[in-house]
Amino acid sequence: MGFEKFGRKSFTAITKVGEYVDKLESGEISTTRCPKCNKTYFPPRMDCPGCLSGSLEWVKVPDKGKLVSFTNVKYAPTGFEGDLPYLLAVVDFDGFRMFGRLSSSMQGTDIQVGMTVKPVVVNYDNGQIAHEFVAAE
Amino acid sequence: MPDKDVAVIGVGQSAFVRGYPGGIRELCFEAYREAMQDAGIPSNEIKALIVCCAPEYDKQRSPSSLIDEYLGLNPAPTFMVESLCSSSTTGFAIAYSFIKSGLYDTVCVLGFQKMSEITSQDVQERMGRGADVMWESPYGTSMPAYYAMYAQAHFANFGTKSEDLALVRVKASTYGQLNEKAVYRKKVSFEQVMEAGLVSSPLKVMDCCANADGSSCVIMASADKAKEFSKKPVWVMGVGQSNAPMNLASREHMRGLECARIAGEKAYAMAGVGPQDIDVAEVHDCFTIAEILAYEALGFAKPGEGPRLIRDKETYLEGKIPVNVDGGLLSKGHPIGATGGSQLRTIVLQLRGEAGAIQVPNAEIGLVHNIGGVGIYGNVLILGR
Repeated sequence: MGFEKFGRKSFTAITKVGEYVDKLESGEISTTRCPKCNKTYFPPRMDCPGCLSGSLEWVKVPDKGKLVSFTNVKYAPTGFEGDLPYLLAVVDFDGFRMFGRLSSSMQGTDIQVGMTVKPVVVNYDNGQIAHEFVAAE
Repeated sequence: MPDKDVAVIGVGQSAFVRGYPGGIRELCFEAYREAMQDAGIPSNEIKALIVCCAPEYDKQRSPSSLIDEYLGLNPAPTFMVESLCSSSTTGFAIAYSFIKSGLYDTVCVLGFQKMSEITSQDVQERMGRGADVMWESPYGTSMPAYYAMYAQAHFANFGTKSEDLALVRVKASTYGQLNEKAVYRKKVSFEQVMEAGLVSSPLKVMDCCANADGSSCVIMASADKAKEFSKKPVWVMGVGQSNAPMNLASREHMRGLECARIAGEKAYAMAGVGPQDIDVAEVHDCFTIAEILAYEALGFAKPGEGPRLIRDKETYLEGKIPVNVDGGLLSKGHPIGATGGSQLRTIVLQLRGEAGAIQVPNAEIGLVHNIGGVGIYGNVLILGR
Protein backbone atom coordinates (compact mmCIF):
# COMPACT_ATOMS: atom_id res chain seq x y z
CA MET A 1 0.00 0.00 0.00
CA GLY A 2 0.99 3.61 -0.20
CA PHE A 3 1.86 3.97 -3.86
CA GLU A 4 -1.63 5.25 -4.68
CA LYS A 5 -0.34 8.60 -3.38
CA PHE A 6 2.32 8.89 -6.09
CA GLY A 7 1.86 11.43 -8.88
CA ARG A 8 -1.09 13.58 -9.84
CA LYS A 9 -3.17 10.43 -10.20
CA SER A 10 -1.77 6.97 -9.49
CA PHE A 11 -2.78 3.80 -11.29
CA THR A 12 -0.91 1.48 -8.90
CA ALA A 13 -1.28 0.84 -5.16
CA ILE A 14 0.98 -2.03 -4.22
CA THR A 15 4.66 -2.39 -5.10
CA LYS A 16 7.88 -3.52 -3.47
CA VAL A 17 9.23 0.00 -3.92
CA GLY A 18 6.35 1.67 -2.07
CA GLU A 19 8.96 3.10 0.26
CA TYR A 20 9.62 5.67 -2.48
CA VAL A 21 6.52 7.55 -1.37
CA ASP A 22 7.51 7.40 2.33
CA LYS A 23 10.85 8.88 1.38
CA LEU A 24 9.19 11.64 -0.65
CA GLU A 25 7.08 12.47 2.40
CA SER A 26 10.25 12.93 4.43
CA GLY A 27 11.63 15.20 1.69
CA GLU A 28 13.97 12.69 0.12
CA ILE A 29 14.16 11.78 -3.57
CA SER A 30 15.80 8.43 -4.04
CA THR A 31 16.11 5.43 -6.27
CA THR A 32 17.64 1.97 -5.97
CA ARG A 33 21.07 0.55 -6.71
CA CYS A 34 22.39 -2.99 -7.04
CA PRO A 35 25.57 -3.09 -4.92
CA LYS A 36 26.79 -6.26 -6.64
CA CYS A 37 26.50 -4.85 -10.18
CA ASN A 38 27.24 -1.29 -9.04
CA LYS A 39 24.30 -0.14 -11.14
CA THR A 40 21.74 2.52 -10.24
CA TYR A 41 18.24 2.10 -11.63
CA PHE A 42 15.39 4.47 -12.27
CA PRO A 43 12.54 3.68 -11.94
CA PRO A 44 13.52 2.15 -8.58
CA ARG A 45 13.19 -1.63 -8.44
CA MET A 46 13.90 -4.42 -6.00
CA ASP A 47 15.00 -7.00 -8.57
CA CYS A 48 18.26 -6.76 -10.49
CA PRO A 49 18.08 -8.21 -14.04
CA GLY A 50 21.90 -8.25 -14.15
CA CYS A 51 22.63 -10.64 -11.24
CA LEU A 52 19.05 -11.66 -10.32
CA SER A 53 19.54 -10.29 -6.80
CA GLY A 54 16.42 -9.35 -4.86
CA SER A 55 18.15 -7.03 -2.42
CA LEU A 56 18.81 -3.60 -3.85
CA GLU A 57 19.60 -0.55 -1.71
CA TRP A 58 18.08 2.91 -1.68
CA VAL A 59 20.36 5.76 -2.76
CA LYS A 60 19.73 9.48 -2.86
CA VAL A 61 19.27 11.11 -6.28
CA PRO A 62 21.97 13.77 -6.96
CA ASP A 63 21.06 17.44 -6.52
CA LYS A 64 21.68 18.32 -10.13
CA GLY A 65 20.81 16.79 -13.48
CA LYS A 66 20.67 17.85 -17.11
CA LEU A 67 17.46 18.31 -19.07
CA VAL A 68 17.34 15.75 -21.92
CA SER A 69 14.02 16.91 -23.37
CA PHE A 70 10.68 18.42 -22.38
CA THR A 71 7.26 19.40 -23.68
CA ASN A 72 4.60 21.87 -22.64
CA VAL A 73 1.33 19.93 -22.61
CA LYS A 74 -1.72 21.88 -23.82
CA TYR A 75 -4.16 18.99 -24.29
CA ALA A 76 -4.57 16.65 -21.34
CA PRO A 77 -5.81 13.10 -21.03
CA THR A 78 -8.89 12.47 -18.89
CA GLY A 79 -8.15 13.25 -15.24
CA PHE A 80 -5.38 15.79 -15.80
CA GLU A 81 -7.35 18.70 -17.33
CA GLY A 82 -7.11 20.80 -14.18
CA ASP A 83 -3.32 20.96 -14.39
CA LEU A 84 -3.06 22.44 -17.90
CA PRO A 85 -0.65 23.62 -19.09
CA TYR A 86 2.01 21.39 -17.56
CA LEU A 87 5.57 20.48 -18.48
CA LEU A 88 6.86 16.91 -18.86
CA ALA A 89 10.57 16.15 -18.91
CA VAL A 90 13.36 13.58 -18.95
CA VAL A 91 16.41 14.44 -16.85
CA ASP A 92 19.85 12.83 -16.98
CA PHE A 93 21.78 12.16 -13.76
CA ASP A 94 24.95 10.71 -15.28
CA GLY A 95 24.25 7.01 -14.95
CA PHE A 96 20.47 7.01 -14.88
CA ARG A 97 17.56 9.17 -16.05
CA MET A 98 14.30 10.25 -14.47
CA PHE A 99 10.90 11.06 -15.92
CA GLY A 100 8.69 13.69 -14.30
CA ARG A 101 7.25 17.17 -14.60
CA LEU A 102 9.12 20.44 -14.60
CA SER A 103 7.83 22.76 -11.88
CA SER A 104 4.89 24.97 -12.87
CA SER A 105 7.08 27.90 -11.81
CA MET A 106 9.03 27.30 -15.04
CA GLN A 107 6.02 28.05 -17.25
CA GLY A 108 6.84 31.06 -19.40
CA THR A 109 10.57 30.87 -18.69
CA ASP A 110 13.29 30.12 -21.23
CA ILE A 111 13.61 26.34 -20.96
CA GLN A 112 16.54 24.80 -22.85
CA VAL A 113 17.57 21.19 -23.46
CA GLY A 114 20.87 20.71 -21.60
CA MET A 115 20.07 23.15 -18.78
CA THR A 116 20.73 22.12 -15.17
CA VAL A 117 17.74 21.21 -13.05
CA LYS A 118 17.32 19.85 -9.55
CA PRO A 119 14.79 17.32 -8.31
CA VAL A 120 12.32 18.56 -5.70
CA VAL A 121 9.28 17.13 -3.90
CA VAL A 122 5.88 18.50 -4.93
CA ASN A 123 2.75 18.16 -2.79
CA TYR A 124 -0.50 18.43 -4.76
CA ASP A 125 -3.65 19.99 -3.33
CA ASN A 126 -5.46 16.63 -3.16
CA GLY A 127 -2.82 15.00 -0.93
CA GLN A 128 -0.89 13.39 -3.78
CA ILE A 129 2.90 13.64 -3.82
CA ALA A 130 5.60 13.33 -6.50
CA HIS A 131 9.06 14.37 -7.59
CA GLU A 132 9.46 17.15 -10.15
CA PHE A 133 12.31 19.28 -11.42
CA VAL A 134 13.11 22.96 -11.18
CA ALA A 135 15.81 25.12 -12.78
CA ALA A 136 19.03 25.08 -10.73
CA GLU A 137 21.87 27.63 -10.29
CA MET B 1 15.92 -12.14 -54.98
CA PRO B 2 13.51 -13.01 -52.19
CA ASP B 3 13.20 -16.50 -50.80
CA LYS B 4 9.85 -17.49 -52.22
CA ASP B 5 8.41 -19.40 -49.30
CA VAL B 6 5.81 -17.13 -47.66
CA ALA B 7 3.58 -14.82 -49.71
CA VAL B 8 0.86 -12.24 -49.32
CA ILE B 9 -2.00 -13.32 -51.57
CA GLY B 10 -4.75 -10.93 -50.52
CA VAL B 11 -5.10 -7.47 -48.97
CA GLY B 12 -8.08 -5.44 -47.84
CA GLN B 13 -8.93 -2.37 -45.84
CA SER B 14 -12.10 -0.65 -44.68
CA ALA B 15 -12.42 3.07 -45.19
CA PHE B 16 -10.84 4.76 -42.15
CA VAL B 17 -13.53 7.02 -40.69
CA ARG B 18 -14.26 9.13 -37.62
CA GLY B 19 -17.36 7.17 -36.58
CA TYR B 20 -18.01 3.78 -38.17
CA PRO B 21 -21.77 3.13 -38.34
CA GLY B 22 -21.62 -0.45 -37.08
CA GLY B 23 -20.08 -2.78 -34.52
CA ILE B 24 -16.55 -4.19 -34.43
CA ARG B 25 -17.59 -7.47 -36.08
CA GLU B 26 -19.05 -5.56 -39.02
CA LEU B 27 -16.06 -3.25 -39.20
CA CYS B 28 -13.75 -6.29 -39.41
CA PHE B 29 -15.86 -7.84 -42.15
CA GLU B 30 -15.26 -4.82 -44.41
CA ALA B 31 -11.52 -5.50 -44.66
CA TYR B 32 -12.00 -9.28 -44.68
CA ARG B 33 -14.44 -9.15 -47.60
CA GLU B 34 -12.02 -7.07 -49.69
CA ALA B 35 -9.01 -9.26 -48.87
CA MET B 36 -10.85 -12.53 -49.57
CA GLN B 37 -12.20 -11.20 -52.87
CA ASP B 38 -8.67 -10.11 -53.68
CA ALA B 39 -7.22 -13.53 -52.80
CA GLY B 40 -10.08 -15.34 -54.54
CA ILE B 41 -10.08 -18.28 -52.12
CA PRO B 42 -12.90 -20.00 -50.20
CA SER B 43 -12.98 -19.39 -46.45
CA ASN B 44 -12.26 -23.03 -45.63
CA GLU B 45 -8.73 -22.45 -46.95
CA ILE B 46 -8.00 -20.14 -43.98
CA LYS B 47 -6.30 -22.36 -41.39
CA ALA B 48 -5.80 -19.76 -38.65
CA LEU B 49 -6.99 -16.24 -37.83
CA ILE B 50 -4.78 -13.74 -36.00
CA VAL B 51 -6.75 -10.77 -34.68
CA CYS B 52 -4.70 -7.65 -33.94
CA CYS B 53 -5.95 -4.79 -31.77
CA ALA B 54 -5.33 -2.88 -28.56
CA PRO B 55 -7.73 -3.35 -25.62
CA GLU B 56 -10.00 -0.86 -23.83
CA TYR B 57 -11.45 1.00 -26.83
CA ASP B 58 -14.59 -1.13 -27.03
CA LYS B 59 -16.23 -3.41 -24.47
CA GLN B 60 -15.63 -6.77 -26.16
CA ARG B 61 -13.20 -8.97 -24.28
CA SER B 62 -11.33 -11.63 -26.26
CA PRO B 63 -12.55 -10.24 -29.61
CA SER B 64 -10.72 -12.87 -31.68
CA SER B 65 -13.35 -15.53 -31.04
CA LEU B 66 -16.23 -13.22 -31.88
CA ILE B 67 -14.54 -12.24 -35.14
CA ASP B 68 -13.65 -15.86 -36.04
CA GLU B 69 -17.36 -16.62 -35.74
CA TYR B 70 -18.56 -13.56 -37.67
CA LEU B 71 -16.12 -14.19 -40.52
CA GLY B 72 -17.34 -17.79 -40.69
CA LEU B 73 -13.92 -19.24 -39.95
CA ASN B 74 -14.76 -21.72 -37.15
CA PRO B 75 -13.24 -24.17 -36.39
CA ALA B 76 -10.01 -22.43 -37.49
CA PRO B 77 -8.00 -21.49 -34.37
CA THR B 78 -7.72 -17.83 -33.45
CA PHE B 79 -6.14 -15.56 -30.86
CA MET B 80 -5.49 -11.88 -30.28
CA VAL B 81 -2.15 -10.12 -30.67
CA GLU B 82 -1.35 -6.77 -29.13
CA SER B 83 1.66 -4.50 -29.50
CA LEU B 84 -0.19 -1.17 -29.36
CA CYS B 85 -0.04 0.67 -32.72
CA SER B 86 2.06 -2.08 -34.33
CA SER B 87 -0.31 -4.96 -33.50
CA SER B 88 -1.05 -6.00 -37.06
CA THR B 89 2.58 -6.20 -38.18
CA THR B 90 3.28 -8.27 -35.07
CA GLY B 91 0.42 -10.49 -36.23
CA PHE B 92 2.08 -10.59 -39.66
CA ALA B 93 5.38 -11.78 -38.13
CA ILE B 94 3.56 -14.57 -36.27
CA ALA B 95 1.67 -15.58 -39.42
CA TYR B 96 4.99 -15.71 -41.26
CA SER B 97 6.43 -18.12 -38.71
CA PHE B 98 3.28 -20.27 -38.70
CA ILE B 99 3.54 -20.70 -42.46
CA LYS B 100 7.30 -21.07 -42.53
CA SER B 101 7.11 -23.81 -39.88
CA GLY B 102 4.43 -25.65 -41.82
CA LEU B 103 1.95 -25.53 -38.96
CA TYR B 104 -0.65 -23.68 -41.07
CA ASP B 105 -0.41 -23.05 -44.82
CA THR B 106 -2.85 -20.13 -45.12
CA VAL B 107 -3.34 -17.51 -42.40
CA CYS B 108 -5.58 -14.44 -42.11
CA VAL B 109 -4.19 -11.41 -40.23
CA LEU B 110 -7.05 -9.10 -39.27
CA GLY B 111 -6.40 -5.75 -37.57
CA PHE B 112 -9.04 -3.40 -36.26
CA GLN B 113 -9.85 -0.57 -33.88
CA LYS B 114 -13.08 1.26 -33.20
CA MET B 115 -11.77 4.29 -31.34
CA SER B 116 -14.98 6.32 -31.63
CA GLU B 117 -16.60 4.25 -28.87
CA ILE B 118 -14.86 6.58 -26.38
CA THR B 119 -14.05 10.31 -26.29
CA SER B 120 -10.83 11.81 -27.67
CA GLN B 121 -9.71 12.67 -24.12
CA ASP B 122 -10.33 9.09 -23.01
CA VAL B 123 -8.35 7.88 -26.03
CA GLN B 124 -5.43 10.02 -24.82
CA GLU B 125 -5.79 8.54 -21.35
CA ARG B 126 -5.70 4.96 -22.72
CA MET B 127 -2.68 5.83 -24.87
CA GLY B 128 -0.97 7.53 -21.94
CA ARG B 129 -1.26 4.19 -20.16
CA GLY B 130 0.47 2.51 -23.12
CA ALA B 131 3.58 3.58 -21.21
CA ASP B 132 4.93 2.93 -17.69
CA VAL B 133 1.67 3.07 -15.76
CA MET B 134 3.48 3.28 -12.42
CA TRP B 135 6.13 5.93 -13.09
CA GLU B 136 5.00 7.92 -16.14
CA SER B 137 1.21 7.89 -16.51
CA PRO B 138 0.69 9.53 -13.05
CA TYR B 139 2.13 12.74 -14.53
CA GLY B 140 -0.55 12.97 -17.25
CA THR B 141 1.22 11.52 -20.29
CA SER B 142 -0.16 11.09 -23.79
CA MET B 143 1.17 10.02 -27.19
CA PRO B 144 1.50 13.61 -28.50
CA ALA B 145 3.42 14.60 -25.36
CA TYR B 146 5.92 11.76 -25.71
CA TYR B 147 6.55 12.34 -29.41
CA ALA B 148 6.77 16.08 -28.68
CA MET B 149 9.71 15.30 -26.38
CA TYR B 150 11.41 13.42 -29.21
CA ALA B 151 10.76 16.42 -31.47
CA GLN B 152 12.19 18.84 -28.89
CA ALA B 153 15.29 16.65 -28.52
CA HIS B 154 15.71 16.52 -32.33
CA PHE B 155 15.42 20.31 -32.49
CA ALA B 156 18.08 20.69 -29.79
CA ASN B 157 20.47 18.04 -31.10
CA PHE B 158 20.23 18.66 -34.84
CA GLY B 159 18.68 22.10 -35.40
CA THR B 160 15.46 20.68 -36.84
CA LYS B 161 12.62 23.22 -36.95
CA SER B 162 8.83 23.28 -36.82
CA GLU B 163 8.96 24.25 -40.50
CA ASP B 164 10.57 20.89 -41.31
CA LEU B 165 7.77 19.05 -39.52
CA ALA B 166 5.18 21.08 -41.43
CA LEU B 167 6.68 19.95 -44.74
CA VAL B 168 5.92 16.34 -43.76
CA ARG B 169 2.25 17.18 -43.26
CA VAL B 170 2.09 19.05 -46.54
CA LYS B 171 3.45 15.97 -48.34
CA ALA B 172 1.00 13.70 -46.53
CA SER B 173 -1.94 15.84 -47.59
CA THR B 174 -0.71 15.90 -51.19
CA TYR B 175 -1.35 12.16 -51.36
CA GLY B 176 -4.12 11.91 -48.77
CA GLN B 177 -6.34 13.79 -51.19
CA LEU B 178 -6.05 10.87 -53.60
CA ASN B 179 -6.83 8.14 -51.05
CA GLU B 180 -10.52 7.42 -50.95
CA LYS B 181 -10.07 5.39 -47.76
CA ALA B 182 -8.38 8.24 -45.85
CA VAL B 183 -10.16 10.08 -43.05
CA TYR B 184 -8.54 13.42 -43.97
CA ARG B 185 -8.63 14.23 -47.68
CA LYS B 186 -8.20 17.99 -47.76
CA LYS B 187 -5.11 19.65 -49.18
CA VAL B 188 -3.21 21.34 -46.35
CA SER B 189 -0.98 24.37 -46.89
CA PHE B 190 2.32 25.01 -45.13
CA GLU B 191 0.80 28.11 -43.50
CA GLN B 192 -2.17 26.13 -42.15
CA VAL B 193 0.14 23.64 -40.43
CA MET B 194 2.32 26.41 -38.98
CA GLU B 195 -0.62 28.47 -37.72
CA ALA B 196 -2.48 25.62 -36.00
CA GLY B 197 -2.60 25.60 -32.20
CA LEU B 198 -0.19 23.64 -30.00
CA VAL B 199 -1.16 20.20 -28.69
CA SER B 200 2.08 19.59 -26.81
CA SER B 201 5.01 21.84 -27.72
CA PRO B 202 6.47 21.83 -30.31
CA LEU B 203 3.78 19.64 -31.92
CA LYS B 204 0.77 21.46 -33.33
CA VAL B 205 -2.66 20.10 -34.24
CA MET B 206 -1.67 19.24 -37.81
CA ASP B 207 1.53 17.51 -36.71
CA CYS B 208 -0.72 14.82 -35.23
CA CYS B 209 -2.70 12.07 -36.95
CA ALA B 210 -6.37 11.60 -36.19
CA ASN B 211 -8.06 8.84 -34.22
CA ALA B 212 -10.15 6.70 -36.53
CA ASP B 213 -12.23 3.56 -36.85
CA GLY B 214 -10.93 1.04 -39.30
CA SER B 215 -9.93 -2.50 -40.19
CA SER B 216 -7.28 -4.13 -42.35
CA CYS B 217 -6.79 -7.67 -43.56
CA VAL B 218 -3.80 -9.53 -45.01
CA ILE B 219 -4.06 -13.11 -46.31
CA MET B 220 -0.75 -15.00 -46.26
CA ALA B 221 0.10 -18.38 -47.74
CA SER B 222 2.85 -20.92 -48.26
CA ALA B 223 4.63 -21.11 -51.62
CA ASP B 224 2.52 -24.10 -52.69
CA LYS B 225 -0.74 -22.39 -51.79
CA ALA B 226 0.40 -19.09 -53.30
CA LYS B 227 1.18 -20.81 -56.59
CA GLU B 228 -2.21 -22.55 -56.51
CA PHE B 229 -4.26 -19.43 -55.75
CA SER B 230 -2.42 -16.31 -56.81
CA LYS B 231 -1.34 -14.79 -60.09
CA LYS B 232 0.60 -12.02 -58.36
CA PRO B 233 1.96 -13.21 -55.02
CA VAL B 234 4.09 -10.72 -53.10
CA TRP B 235 6.87 -12.42 -51.15
CA VAL B 236 8.08 -11.78 -47.62
CA MET B 237 11.80 -10.95 -47.77
CA GLY B 238 12.58 -9.58 -44.35
CA VAL B 239 10.98 -9.47 -40.91
CA GLY B 240 12.72 -7.38 -38.25
CA GLN B 241 11.46 -6.75 -34.73
CA SER B 242 12.84 -5.04 -31.65
CA ASN B 243 11.69 -3.60 -28.36
CA ALA B 244 12.92 -0.57 -26.41
CA PRO B 245 12.37 0.18 -22.71
CA MET B 246 8.82 1.35 -22.11
CA ASN B 247 9.88 4.11 -19.71
CA LEU B 248 11.62 6.98 -21.52
CA ALA B 249 13.94 7.30 -18.53
CA SER B 250 15.31 3.82 -19.19
CA ARG B 251 16.40 4.65 -22.75
CA GLU B 252 19.98 5.62 -23.48
CA HIS B 253 19.18 8.58 -25.73
CA MET B 254 16.35 10.51 -27.35
CA ARG B 255 18.00 11.19 -30.71
CA GLY B 256 15.84 8.59 -32.43
CA LEU B 257 13.94 5.35 -31.94
CA GLU B 258 16.30 2.44 -31.30
CA CYS B 259 13.56 -0.18 -31.70
CA ALA B 260 13.05 1.00 -35.30
CA ARG B 261 16.76 1.17 -36.10
CA ILE B 262 17.40 -2.36 -34.82
CA ALA B 263 14.27 -3.80 -36.45
CA GLY B 264 15.39 -2.19 -39.72
CA GLU B 265 18.87 -3.68 -39.47
CA LYS B 266 17.39 -7.13 -38.87
CA ALA B 267 14.94 -6.84 -41.76
CA TYR B 268 17.63 -5.64 -44.18
CA ALA B 269 19.97 -8.46 -43.09
CA MET B 270 17.29 -11.12 -43.55
CA ALA B 271 16.26 -9.72 -46.95
CA GLY B 272 19.86 -9.24 -48.09
CA VAL B 273 19.15 -5.67 -49.20
CA GLY B 274 19.96 -2.17 -47.94
CA PRO B 275 18.11 1.15 -47.74
CA GLN B 276 19.28 2.04 -51.26
CA ASP B 277 17.38 -0.97 -52.63
CA ILE B 278 13.96 0.10 -51.32
CA ASP B 279 11.70 1.42 -54.08
CA VAL B 280 8.77 2.51 -51.90
CA ALA B 281 8.20 2.72 -48.14
CA GLU B 282 5.36 3.07 -45.69
CA VAL B 283 6.50 4.50 -42.35
CA HIS B 284 4.69 5.09 -39.08
CA ASP B 285 3.97 8.85 -39.27
CA CYS B 286 1.60 9.08 -36.30
CA PHE B 287 3.23 12.50 -35.85
CA THR B 288 5.27 14.51 -38.36
CA ILE B 289 8.43 14.08 -36.27
CA ALA B 290 7.93 10.31 -36.39
CA GLU B 291 8.37 10.29 -40.18
CA ILE B 292 11.66 12.18 -39.88
CA LEU B 293 12.84 9.77 -37.18
CA ALA B 294 11.89 6.90 -39.53
CA TYR B 295 14.01 8.28 -42.40
CA GLU B 296 17.00 8.17 -40.06
CA ALA B 297 16.23 4.82 -38.37
CA LEU B 298 15.85 3.11 -41.75
CA GLY B 299 19.02 4.59 -43.24
CA PHE B 300 17.24 6.73 -45.86
CA ALA B 301 19.09 9.63 -44.20
CA LYS B 302 22.02 9.83 -41.78
CA PRO B 303 21.21 10.53 -38.10
CA GLY B 304 20.10 14.15 -37.80
CA GLU B 305 19.75 14.61 -41.57
CA GLY B 306 16.15 13.45 -41.95
CA PRO B 307 14.83 16.99 -42.43
CA ARG B 308 16.99 17.39 -45.54
CA LEU B 309 15.07 14.58 -47.29
CA ILE B 310 11.72 16.32 -46.90
CA ARG B 311 13.16 19.78 -47.69
CA ASP B 312 14.53 18.34 -50.96
CA LYS B 313 11.25 16.50 -51.64
CA GLU B 314 13.17 13.21 -51.91
CA THR B 315 10.30 11.33 -50.24
CA TYR B 316 7.70 12.51 -52.75
CA LEU B 317 6.55 10.17 -55.53
CA GLU B 318 9.19 11.59 -57.89
CA GLY B 319 11.96 11.55 -55.28
CA LYS B 320 14.78 9.16 -54.46
CA ILE B 321 12.71 7.18 -51.95
CA PRO B 322 8.93 7.71 -52.04
CA VAL B 323 7.52 7.47 -48.48
CA ASN B 324 3.85 7.33 -47.47
CA VAL B 325 2.51 8.16 -50.90
CA ASP B 326 -0.88 6.88 -49.72
CA GLY B 327 -1.10 9.88 -47.37
CA GLY B 328 0.32 8.10 -44.34
CA LEU B 329 -1.29 7.94 -40.93
CA LEU B 330 -1.44 11.75 -40.99
CA SER B 331 -4.06 11.57 -43.75
CA LYS B 332 -5.51 8.09 -43.39
CA GLY B 333 -6.05 8.29 -39.64
CA HIS B 334 -4.65 5.77 -37.19
CA PRO B 335 -7.04 3.04 -36.04
CA ILE B 336 -4.41 1.41 -33.82
CA GLY B 337 -4.75 -2.31 -34.58
CA ALA B 338 -5.57 -1.76 -38.27
CA THR B 339 -2.68 0.55 -39.16
CA GLY B 340 0.11 -1.94 -39.96
CA GLY B 341 -2.21 -3.94 -42.21
CA SER B 342 -3.14 -0.79 -44.09
CA GLN B 343 0.56 -0.02 -44.64
CA LEU B 344 1.08 -3.59 -45.89
CA ARG B 345 -1.85 -3.25 -48.26
CA THR B 346 -0.35 -0.12 -49.83
CA ILE B 347 3.02 -1.82 -50.35
CA VAL B 348 1.44 -4.97 -51.80
CA LEU B 349 -0.59 -2.90 -54.30
CA GLN B 350 2.58 -0.98 -55.22
CA LEU B 351 4.54 -4.19 -55.85
CA ARG B 352 1.73 -5.59 -57.97
CA GLY B 353 1.61 -2.38 -60.03
CA GLU B 354 -1.96 -1.75 -58.89
CA ALA B 355 -1.50 1.46 -56.90
CA GLY B 356 -3.15 3.73 -59.49
CA ALA B 357 -2.39 7.46 -59.20
CA ILE B 358 0.27 6.88 -56.53
CA GLN B 359 2.07 4.05 -58.35
CA VAL B 360 5.86 4.17 -58.05
CA PRO B 361 7.05 3.05 -61.52
CA ASN B 362 8.39 -0.51 -61.58
CA ALA B 363 8.48 -0.88 -57.76
CA GLU B 364 10.13 -4.22 -56.92
CA ILE B 365 10.99 -3.96 -53.22
CA GLY B 366 8.86 -2.25 -50.58
CA LEU B 367 9.26 -1.62 -46.87
CA VAL B 368 6.83 -1.24 -43.96
CA HIS B 369 7.89 0.48 -40.69
CA ASN B 370 5.24 0.18 -37.98
CA ILE B 371 5.87 1.37 -34.42
CA GLY B 372 3.93 0.46 -31.26
CA GLY B 373 3.64 3.13 -28.58
CA VAL B 374 6.31 5.83 -28.51
CA GLY B 375 9.17 3.79 -29.89
CA ILE B 376 8.38 0.78 -27.72
CA TYR B 377 7.67 -1.90 -30.33
CA GLY B 378 9.51 -1.71 -33.67
CA ASN B 379 8.46 -3.83 -36.66
CA VAL B 380 10.09 -3.48 -40.08
CA LEU B 381 8.97 -5.71 -42.96
CA ILE B 382 10.45 -5.97 -46.45
CA LEU B 383 8.41 -7.39 -49.31
CA GLY B 384 9.33 -8.15 -52.90
CA ARG B 385 7.74 -9.46 -56.07
